[in-house]
Parts: sequence; structure tokens; C-alpha cells
Amino acid sequence: MSKILNVHQLRKTYQSGGSELTVLEDISFSVSSGTTYAIVGPSGSGKTTLLGLCAGLDTPNSGSVALCGRHLEDLSEDQRAALRNEKVGFIFQNFQLLPTLTALENVSVPLELQGDSKATEVARNLLEKVGLGDRTHHYPSQLSGGEQQRVALARAFSNRPEILFADEPTGNLDEQTGERVVRLLFDLNQEAGTTLVIVTHDMDLASRCNQLMRLQGGRILESVNTGTV
Amino acid sequence: MSQSGNSAGTPWLFRMAWRDGRASLKRLVLFMSAIVLGIAALVSIQNFGRTLEETISGQSRELMGSDYLIDSDHPANQRVQGIIDSLGGPQSREVNFVSMSIFPGKEGSKLIRVRAVEGEYPFYGELRTQPESAASDYQASGSALVDATMMLQFGLQPGDSIKIGQRVFPIGGRLLEAPGNTVVSTSVAPAVWIPYHTLEATGLVQTGSRLEYNYYFKAPPGTDLEILYDKLDPILDAEDADLDLHTDTSQRLGRRFENVGRFLKLVAFIALLLGCLGIASSVHIYMKEKRAFIAVLKCMGASRKQTFLIFLIQIAGIGLLGGIIGSSLGLVLQQIFPRLVRDFLPVELDWATHWGPVFLGISLGLLMAVLFGLLPLLSSWFISPLSVLRIGEQDSPRSRRLTAGVLFLILLGIWGVAAQLLGQPIRALWFVGGIALTFLLLTGIAWGLMRMIRRYFPHSWGFEARQSLLNLFRPNNQTLVLILAIGIGTFLISTLYFTQDMLLARAKLDDATPSANLILLDVQAEQEEAVEEMILPRGLPVLENIPIVTMRMDQIKDRKVDDIRKDTTRTINGWILNHEFRVTYRDSLIPSERLLEGTWVPEYETAEGPVPISLSDNVARDAEVSVGDRIVFNVQGVLMETEVASIREVDWGRLQLNFSVVFPRGVLEEAPRFHVLTTYAPNEDTSARFQQDLVRAYPNISVLDIRQLLSVVSDILDKLSWVIRFMAFFSILTGFIVLLGAVRTSKFQRIRESVLLRTLGAKSGQILRITALEYLFLGAIGSLMGVVLALLGTQLLAYGVFEMNFVPSWIPFLVVFPLISFTVLIIGLLNSRAVLKSPPLEVLRKEGV
Repeated sequence: MSKILNVHQLRKTYQSGGSELTVLEDISFSVSSGTTYAIVGPSGSGKTTLLGLCAGLDTPNSGSVALCGRHLEDLSEDQRAALRNEKVGFIFQNFQLLPTLTALENVSVPLELQGDSKATEVARNLLEKVGLGDRTHHYPSQLSGGEQQRVALARAFSNRPEILFADEPTGNLDEQTGERVVRLLFDLNQEAGTTLVIVTHDMDLASRCNQLMRLQGGRILESVNTGTV
Repeated sequence: MSQSGNSAGTPWLFRMAWRDGRASLKRLVLFMSAIVLGIAALVSIQNFGRTLEETISGQSRELMGSDYLIDSDHPANQRVQGIIDSLGGPQSREVNFVSMSIFPGKEGSKLIRVRAVEGEYPFYGELRTQPESAASDYQASGSALVDATMMLQFGLQPGDSIKIGQRVFPIGGRLLEAPGNTVVSTSVAPAVWIPYHTLEATGLVQTGSRLEYNYYFKAPPGTDLEILYDKLDPILDAEDADLDLHTDTSQRLGRRFENVGRFLKLVAFIALLLGCLGIASSVHIYMKEKRAFIAVLKCMGASRKQTFLIFLIQIAGIGLLGGIIGSSLGLVLQQIFPRLVRDFLPVELDWATHWGPVFLGISLGLLMAVLFGLLPLLSSWFISPLSVLRIGEQDSPRSRRLTAGVLFLILLGIWGVAAQLLGQPIRALWFVGGIALTFLLLTGIAWGLMRMIRRYFPHSWGFEARQSLLNLFRPNNQTLVLILAIGIGTFLISTLYFTQDMLLARAKLDDATPSANLILLDVQAEQEEAVEEMILPRGLPVLENIPIVTMRMDQIKDRKVDDIRKDTTRTINGWILNHEFRVTYRDSLIPSERLLEGTWVPEYETAEGPVPISLSDNVARDAEVSVGDRIVFNVQGVLMETEVASIREVDWGRLQLNFSVVFPRGVLEEAPRFHVLTTYAPNEDTSARFQQDLVRAYPNISVLDIRQLLSVVSDILDKLSWVIRFMAFFSILTGFIVLLGAVRTSKFQRIRESVLLRTLGAKSGQILRITALEYLFLGAIGSLMGVVLALLGTQLLAYGVFEMNFVPSWIPFLVVFPLISFTVLIIGLLNSRAVLKSPPLEVLRKEGV
């Protein structure tokens, strides 16, 4: 199976109060196309930083990230943005919907960025699929948390991404709603054949993935194959 | 995949700008209102100015009543008469002077402007009378046309009589409209038209009388007046006469409104600058609120350029809309002007829309919004998409070169607008320099303040006071931004106030009734004693008895004036060469004078050598003479050599008799002269009775009743100050919006900290006091500095633009300073009310901090 994400000896540090703080050290791993991959670890272990680096939202101090066959360190910020637009989808803990756009507009933005003339139609279908066909013209503030995350799901899949990064997708939801969202996420993912990389400290959610990597203190503690198919 | 960008094109950018703008409209209103008010002020003032200019130049023939005129202080001599006769075409002549009039059978006397006219004048415009026929037959019937308002005041009717000098005229009709009349001029000395042939019989044409001889012409069609002027004016100049074209009248009239015009332009400029400040601060807040939006878009693949353009389109759109609304409001406003200034103008202003100022307003709305929004807009470029995952993620460092470039563009923009408004690029450069300097000074003050507090931190103070002081210099403080915004805003508003005050004070007459309230003009030397004897027995004082001798310059620094006049390369001002100077002699300076150079000589004792005289600075400048230079005067035929002994500064604005040339005692006492006497009448009754008796006995003497003049002038001033205050109000309103924006900017910083304090258990009262102290401190420092800098700025304006003395009033210190400090405090506290009323977590969620 081909590798869609290849991370090699990644290192990331931040300046904090005049001294250097190492957040990630010597991180190497790869993710195969079409699989699901969970990154788990306690708070401050560097999970979110790693997700940001893998998705090209940030740049490492050393090491390399190859995403969908492209070395991110060779790309400019705008080239990385273009790559994200074509190949990557995102789901965030706090949904990150654009508050001034309706649900339909939020979902169609990634497609519009691609110049897709059928953006609205595709977005409408996706909203139907996540059960929000009747909420298309609602603004995020008019939707519940669960509904907002479902809109975020529809948006994440709208550009038919090759890889989808999810940062604590259930972190802001109650258990029941979270479960519904996760089920929907995995269903849509299976249907689209997308690679899914989830950052979470919810072990139940992590255990549903094919592979699991445990981070601690910015280093990989272990990487296991969960055996989940 | 494309190498450097996605496929979304320009239409998508516009769609996104619209989608986001539609939901952010409420936030953008603050931004737009700043533009609207600035543009409204600008368009109304520009449009009014244009209307005034066009009306005056469009009606210049009606104002003069002819195509051109020849005027002189003397009757036409043979040479001038020869020219007049050779010009041909319809002509009229007029003798024009002020005199007293009385109304036989009625009480009262009144200073009037007599216009003794012969011929068909006016050739343009209308001589409107009631009855209508009076305008055409007053010359034949030998009757007078009397100002309608004056007739109403004195209860006169057509058929009654008016006595001017020695002659009694039947009143032929009410004068409703005539060329060159304004409500102001006719209030002081209402016009009375009489036939020219009756002039002699009034007995008012005598030596010392200040008469103007005007010859009006209607040019045959196709006459090039400029050529005529170039040909005849030098010849007439040599004969002490002048040729004035109808266009000169309108130019002169335009100049009369110069200072008011300059002030109004300053108001527009300041309103616009405040608007720009409003734009900068509200776009700053707006972009802060849009951080997450931008990060998410970038995360989804939008490029930096695309996110930047989305907001640029929004800002430009709002600027354009603000420009359109502002221009429309300006058009409505400018309709009010003509009503307010009607009394100053000799022409009826027509409501006209000039598309130039409207177009300027709309383009400036767009340009200023983009220019001043650019710096905060640029922040979108540097927002990291990682902010989506990590709250508080730092932006990429800004390029200093880019920031400097934008600042340069802003300064260039301000200069462009100032140059366009003032029509003087160099002066505009001074304006920009002044504003940049203010900006730098305020920045320096803010930095200095932070350093000082840090260095001398009062560790012994209580928790709340220490906390609020800490807020002023710790990381993420708003000291610089707020002091700059409050300081600049206050600076502009106070400058406006000081300038307005200076202009109004200049126009204002001394309220504490001047010691003299009756001025007797044209008292002949032989009447002097008799008039004094009329005044004193009534218990009235003779406050001043000023002798006046008329003379002209014959030689300046060894060059004959006639030669200088012929010299085409001369730099000496023309009026000096032709002017009939009214000169006095005395042994001391008066309160309106200040010695600038040389020595004041009280008396000419030696009777040898040139007479040491004193010149006013303007005459010395225009005649290009300095202390020690010689001037020969022609004193009614006798040549007299003088030497400039001193140069004085004269405050011409004071209501008192000022002289540009003053001789020492002991020279002119025997020269043919007339006198001006001043006295004080304690009440209107005494004043009226004295005036009547005086006019009956000496019809040639004119009386200027200051009490009456004061009431007319104060009425005009009330209206003028209303116009000025009304426009200033607009700027102040814009300033308030700026303030609101500036304080709101700090909201993000303060709420987070207040919530943390609250979470740690701080009581509402404690948070309230910490916040209050911080804002009070910022408001007070910012506004105080603004007022102080405005004081310096106005001093420079007074010197460089208005050419006036400036005595600052205390109002900005007593009103503007506390008011702005208080407003900052209130807005700051209102911003914190959410923290005080709601649970901390709810606030954090709602504010997205």
C-alpha cells in the first residue's frame, strides 16, 4: 500500500521566555493510503503540533514531511495552501466554521476555491448526507454543537480529500453527540476511501483506527497496529 | 495541482467579501460612519465654495452693474475725461460717499451711503424699487430712492422727505435691490440714490470729503476687456484713477471670504483626518475579530493574497458606500449654508450640485478607506493558519519595509488631500509634517510614560492602583495605541476649537463697550471748536480729537513715484503708489500699536532735515522701505521730505482709528486737515438727540454710531459662529467615533485579563476600579497631550495660515480635556460590563478569547 504521509526525524522547538522549548523530537512515521491513524497522548505531548506540521500548517525546525507525494519543506506557504485545498480535509475540536457564512456556504468554500462550478450542489448533497438538509441556510450560531460538527464533517469531505486530519473531533461534544459524530466520520471516510489521521486522547476513538501512535514528552512512546479493519 | 495557488478567481473573492460583509454589517457601520461624516463635511464645504465662486463670478456684471468702471478719489481731470469720452457706448457716472441724513417731520438721523447717479446705470442687474416706476423716473423728478429697510425703521413712506446735506429730497420710492448691496453693508450705511444733478445742492462736495467718483461703462459686444484693461489702466494709474473690470469685483469679493473659506477647508480636512483615524482604528478591531476566519480560510487552502483581497474588497466597498452616503449627506448639508450666510453675500446663491466635489467625495471615501485600512489589513497576510489549532499563535513577523511603505503611502495620501483642499502643495507639506510630528511626539510621550512608570513604580500603592498601572506597560499593553488615537483625536478637535476661537475673536468687537461709542467723521478744521462746544455742554466727553491730513507719496528712496509706476519690473506694491494716505500726528503710541523697529519720535523739534515718521509694518513691506529710508510726501501740493524713524505693528482688527503713517507733533499742525472726534453717549436717547442736532448744524459731518454697528455686527457674528460651530460639530462627532473605536480595540486585551482576575476571585468592584483607573489614566494623558500639542499647532496655523495673533482660550483645557478623559473612562467601563455581569467561562466563549 502506498504511503500518503511520510514523516522523517521531525523536530520542532519554540522560544519560551528566552529559552528553547522542544515540543517534538525525532518523530518518524508513515501512514498508508486509505487507512485510519490515531495519535494519542496526554496534554502537552505535542499531538496538535504534530498534526499542524503534517498538514503543512507549520514548518519544522528539522526533518521532513512528505504529504501526498510532496515534500512540504520545498513548498511556499501558498503552495502548501493549494496542496491542502486539493488533497486535505480538516476537522477541529471547536468546529472552526466561518461564523459569517451559512452552513451551505461553509461546506462549499473548499470546492469554490477549486473553481468547482457545482460547489453548491455538492455541498447541499453532503449536508443532506449528514442529516442537515433542512439547515442549509442557518448560520453556525443558529446550530447546536453537534450540528456544527456535522457541518464541519460535510465541509471536510466536500473537496474529496485524499487525507483528512481531525483534531479532537469530539472534544467539545457530549458523549452521545460525540458518538454520533464519530460514527458519521468513519462512515463517510469509508465511503470516500480517505486516509484519516485523528489526534485524540479518547482511547475508545483511537482504538477504532487501524494504527495508533502514542506520544509523550514530544517523542514517540509506541506505535501499534490495533488490528482494527 | 497548481503550483502556487487554487483555481478560485476574482468573482469568488467578491462573493466571499459580500458573504462575510453581509453578516458583519453591524461592525462595519462604525467604520462607515467615520467615513460618512468626514466626507459629508468635505463635500458640503467644497460644493458650497464652488457654488459661491460660480455665483459670484457668474453674476459679476450684476454685482458691478456694468462691464467695467473707472474710479478715482477725484473728479476726472482732462486726460481721464478724454479717455472716458473716447470709450463711447452707454456710460453713467456716480459720486458715492457716506453722509448723515435726517427726515424732516420725523425723529431720527442716520448714516447713509449716498449714490448720486447720472445715466442709465445699472446696465446689468436690476434697480428694483417700489413703486416700480421710481427706478426710471427718480432722475427726472429729482427724488431720492431710499433703502427699504431704513424706511421701515423710520416709518417713512414714498412722498416723505429726506434731508441730505443742505438739500431736502422727496422720497420717490423704496429701494429694494441694487447692484453691490448686501444686508451687512446696508445695515451700517443704507444706500440712498439721488440724481447726479442734485449733488451740488447738498453742499457736501468740499475739501476733505471722502468722495468716490465712478464712471460705469457698458462695453459694445465683442470688446476684449482684458486688452482694454492692459491698454488703459497704466495711463489711468498715472492720473490717480483705476480701471476695474467686472471680474475684478468678483475676485475682490471672493477674497473677503478667504479666511472663513480657509477655516472651513481646515474643518473639512480635520473631519476627514479624524475619519481616517476612525477607519484605521475600526479596521484594526475588525481584523482582530477576523483572525479565526482568516486562519480557517488559509487552512482550507486560500492563499495569503486571496484572504487579503477578500478584506480589501470589503473595506474598499464600505469606503465607496461611505463616500456615496457622505457625499449625499454633504449635498443636503450644503443647502443649509446659503441660508446661513445669505446676509454676507451681495448675490442670491442658487442651489446647485457640483459633480466635482461629489466625485471627489466618493473617490476620497474609497481611497482613504483603502489607504488607512491598509496597515491593519496587512495583518491578514501574516496570520498563521496554525491559529486554527493553537489559540494565541503568534503571527509571522511583519516586513518592516512593507510597513514603512504603507506609512509613506498614508503620508502621501494625506498630503494629496491637503494639497487638493488648500490648493497649495507646499503649505500642505507643512500640514503633513505637523501631523507626522504630532504622531511622533505622542509616540515618544507614550514610550516615555511607560518607561517612567516601570522605573518609578509605586510599589507601596494598593492592589487596584498597582494593577491598573501595571496594565500600562506590561506585554500586550494598549498604552501606545490608545494614547496615539486619543491624543491625535483630541489634538485635531482642539486645534479646530482654538482656530475657531481665534477667528471669532478676531471678528468680535470688544464686548466691554468701547469707551467711545460715537465717532464723528469729516469734521472740518474750522468746525472743530464749534463741534466740541456742542458736545461738552451736554455733559458728553470729547474722548479723542484726531487730526487727519491727506497726502500721497511722491518719492520713495530717491525715486519719483511716477518713474516707479512706469517701471514694468518694479516690485513695490502698486497701491502704495496711488493711495491717498490719511495721516495723523501725535506724540505717543496707542494700545493697538507696537513698535517693531527704530525709535518713536514724539515731536519734530529741530525743524531741520527730514521729518521722522512712523510706518505700519504692512506699508513698510509693500513700499519696500526700512528704518532710515526717505520718502517724500505730497501734502496737498507741498512736498515734504520724511525719514522712516520707526516701524509699527498695528492690530487693524480693533475697532479704533488706526493709521499706517503717523507724523510727530510739530509738522502738520498748519496743513489743511479735518478731524475725527469721538465721544461717549450713555444711552440711545442722548445719542439720537445729539446726532440730530449735530446733523442739522453741520450736515457734512457723518456720525458712526458704534452701538448700532455693534448690534448689526453681533447679529452677523452669531450666524457666522453658528456655521463654524456646526461644521466643527461634525468633526467632533467623527472624533467621538474614533474614540469609540480606539477604546474598543483594547477590549480584547482587557477582557481576557479581567476574566482571569475574576476567576481568581476578584470582586466586581475591584475589577471596575482597576479598569476605571487604567482608562482614566490613558484618557487623561492622551487628551492633555492632544490639547497641549493643539496649542502649539494653532500657534503655527495662526502665524502661517491665518496671519493673526492667537490668544488661546481655556475652554479646551476646561472642557475638551475632562470631557474626553471622562468619555474614555465611560467607554472603557462599558466594554468591561460583560465581564462584571456574566460568569467568566461564558465571557471567554462569547468573546472567543
